[in-house]
Amino acid sequence: MASSRREFFKTGTGLLIGFSFADSTIVPQLFAAGTAATPPAGQLDSWLRIEKAGAIKVFTGKVDIGMGVRTSLTQIVAEELDVPFTAIELIMGDTAITPDQGGVGGSTSIAAGAKPMRNAAATARFLLVQMASKKLGVPVDDLQVKNGVVSSKVDPSKSISYGDLAGGGEFHDALKVSGNGFALNVEGKGKPKDPSTYTIVGQSIPRLDLAPKFFGRSVYSTDVRVEGMLHGRVIRPSGAGATLVSVDEASVKNIPGFTKVVTKGNFVGVVAETEWAAIRAAKELKVTWSNPTPVFPEDLYAHMRSATPKATREGVKKGDAVAALASASRKIEASYEWPFQAHATMGPGCAVADVHSADLTTPGVTTIWSGAQKPHALQQGIAEMLKVPKDQVRVLWVEDAGSYGRAGYEDVAADAVLLSRAVGKPVRVQWTRADMTQWGGKGPPVIVDLAASLDSQGAVTALQLTSRALSGTEVLPQPSSAGNMLAAQLIGTANTSGGDEFVQLDGDTVTYTFPNIHSVGHVIPALYTSSSPLRTTHLRDPNGPAGTFAGESFMDEVAAAAGVDPVEFRLRYMDNPRAKAALTTAAEHAKWDKRPSPKRATAGGDILTGRGIALALRGGTHVATVAEVEVNRHTGAIRVKRLVCVHDCGLIVNPDALRGTIAANLVQSTGRVLKEEVTFDRSNVTSADWKTYPVARWSDVPQVEIVLLNHPEAPSTGAGEPSSRPTAAAINNAIFDATGVRLRQAPLTAAKLKKALERA
Amino acid sequence: MRAALKVNGKAHIVNDVDPECPLLYILRDNLALNNPRFGCGLGQCGACTVLVNNVPTRSCMLPVSRAAGKDIVTLEGIGTPEHPHVVQTAFIAEQAAQCGYCMNGWVLSAKALLDKHPHPTEEQMTAAFEGLVCRCGSHVGVLNAVRRASEMSQKVNVRSA
Repeated sequence: MASSRREFFKTGTGLLIGFSFADSTIVPQLFAAGTAATPPAGQLDSWLRIEKAGAIKVFTGKVDIGMGVRTSLTQIVAEELDVPFTAIELIMGDTAITPDQGGVGGSTSIAAGAKPMRNAAATARFLLVQMASKKLGVPVDDLQVKNGVVSSKVDPSKSISYGDLAGGGEFHDALKVSGNGFALNVEGKGKPKDPSTYTIVGQSIPRLDLAPKFFGRSVYSTDVRVEGMLHGRVIRPSGAGATLVSVDEASVKNIPGFTKVVTKGNFVGVVAETEWAAIRAAKELKVTWSNPTPVFPEDLYAHMRSATPKATREGVKKGDAVAALASASRKIEASYEWPFQAHATMGPGCAVADVHSADLTTPGVTTIWSGAQKPHALQQGIAEMLKVPKDQVRVLWVEDAGSYGRAGYEDVAADAVLLSRAVGKPVRVQWTRADMTQWGGKGPPVIVDLAASLDSQGAVTALQLTSRALSGTEVLPQPSSAGNMLAAQLIGTANTSGGDEFVQLDGDTVTYTFPNIHSVGHVIPALYTSSSPLRTTHLRDPNGPAGTFAGESFMDEVAAAAGVDPVEFRLRYMDNPRAKAALTTAAEHAKWDKRPSPKRATAGGDILTGRGIALALRGGTHVATVAEVEVNRHTGAIRVKRLVCVHDCGLIVNPDALRGTIAANLVQSTGRVLKEEVTFDRSNVTSADWKTYPVARWSDVPQVEIVLLNHPEAPSTGAGEPSSRPTAAAINNAIFDATGVRLRQAPLTAAKLKKALERA
Repeated sequence: MRAALKVNGKAHIVNDVDPECPLLYILRDNLALNNPRFGCGLGQCGACTVLVNNVPTRSCMLPVSRAAGKDIVTLEGIGTPEHPHVVQTAFIAEQAAQCGYCMNGWVLSAKALLDKHPHPTEEQMTAAFEGLVCRCGSHVGVLNAVRRASEMSQKVNVRSA
């Protein structure tokens, strides 16, 4: 008969330093059958289990990529179950144990991902109370639950704990399933609480993961060590389109601990007994590549302007903007450019793969330890790469160094799979900094052309937006196909790039009520389609910073043309009360200097100061950010002194954790607009390390003030990305306010501003 | 070579190591001290920071042969949940991280800074922290934590005076 999971971990290869796994026997037949099938969402015990002592294990396909959703989701479940927060242990992102919720992305973990967890917990509570009613002989309506103990309201001596009711046993009940991926939901017999009664949700409970991190006791994917594990490194082509000519294995065979050179197509890797031997072998291996044909344009934006779009889509169309612009008394036009940007995660990416599992109870199950933020999709992609059924692959998510989209942790997992398969042992692959920055996926470049017309009273009569962008889906955020992975492309699998993603005004991103609006998005074909170091992927708030940089900078240009204060001007064209509240609260909190921009400072001195504002809507979240800058009029040096961010994401689950995430978004997005640009030549990305791809450093960090607008009556919307959105335009508008010079190409460097100031 | 290392007050002998191998990999792979982390291997980010004779040092750039005989302290070595270092207490109180992967460098650099300058100026903080990268952007929390740790140390000193 089946061995339990507990036994699996004891007897298997899963002997890991610093790891603790779920000590439970749920789904005991899981591994004995040689499969690692994902538990069905439609069963209650796929979501939670009550241990004998009353501790509760909750299983979720969500993962925590560094913003604290482990804690917030735990609060939500504890709230519904009426148990102490500390009674819950969340098991995240193990494809063999947790339901498939699409992993994380799109700032949806609380907004959508918590829903089935909340409903499952409410159903568990409902069933437990029913069980208690039977055992205690007390009608359900006369029972109450406190701290996981059900008791009679009339006679509190009649009580029984969750652990005594259901501890250690099966806890079956069917749930109704709807949707899939991020939108997966389940509904059962229990109904969730009225938010006005919440006592755990809404509290600033310290993040569960943080204290261990400051004591050096947390475990990242880089720390996974499996018995018999070898170390791998990869060697990438000399440029896009370069093919492997030869590898001289003799060049490394004398390195102590060297095991093997693995080549397949254009995939090259080395395996060694120690990490240092793998590093040396990767460095010293003599590899000859063909001379790549130059494929990248010398002038990216010129190329994007002249290229024939592969797809065009109309976004919002209201009235007749074209006619209004044609007959306008005043017309303002501008074009904005946003560069390729890199994930450049702090840890470059690391994964362990064991393709030939030595564990006898699990023949054929390939195990992968990975920080990829969509573990179930990765399971599918790796299965396709190995040409095995999905349930013969198990992905265990282990936290990696943050994740801002499809970071590349998926690709490093595929690298580890190829190397493990080649040597028949578990292999840990650690990427180098260049593997991540140079060869990881990129956020796409975007051009946004804008035009607006003003009537004789200075009122906006029309807005037209035309964008030209590389689609951010040349590699889909879901690594659910083999061709999604760089390693697979290098061995000859075609890139399974996704659909077209447009930059335009659409849906809930239409911020203003102009009478005539027209928006058109064009998608430019990929610069190179296979194994490209410039392949595009989702990077935090895909297209949000780029589109808002353009839209909200331009709004400021129009306000300046009309000679109206930027806050007042925006308010004239807003009818969304929550957006209005965000904007006016930001102005009030920042003690906004109300007047038209620019400031036109007449006093001497090298330093000019200015303030700017920008507003952004994203998935129901409203954010307004005020920036204050200092600019050196001679050198062009820009220093962001202060950012005030007002954030409304509906019901707030954990205010302090939210503040932390917003503050980090503000700093990261400040770096993105001031410094970040992936550089490249005709064949290669030349941004390879922290010097060639600079991000925000200590001296770039402004004073940050965050104002949270809580709306307990409104559902929670996303918070992982929205506050990254308006920063760029707020800073750009502050620079304009200080100098009277308008920059239109990110990053906003001192060199660009100096040049613009000299021209002005 | 056979390397004799003193890490977190404990003596370790590591056999058969390449003297050129950076200390980082010895700490992680031979001694299972995971907190010096690999960030770039180029000395540009500080994720691999350890204290060598109380000086924040990039262990990815330090050959093990040059670490022998020195007093090496990793994040694990400055305090425990039972007996936290004041800097750790302050970072926890300020919840000063997102993913936390880089925190090793920030916490140890903060400790070394406050040991030298209990009330650091802005310039001293910039000198201590400009060489560190936090890609998530947790700098605001770090700043608050350093200020808090500075105040906490002051209170402790006043009490003990």
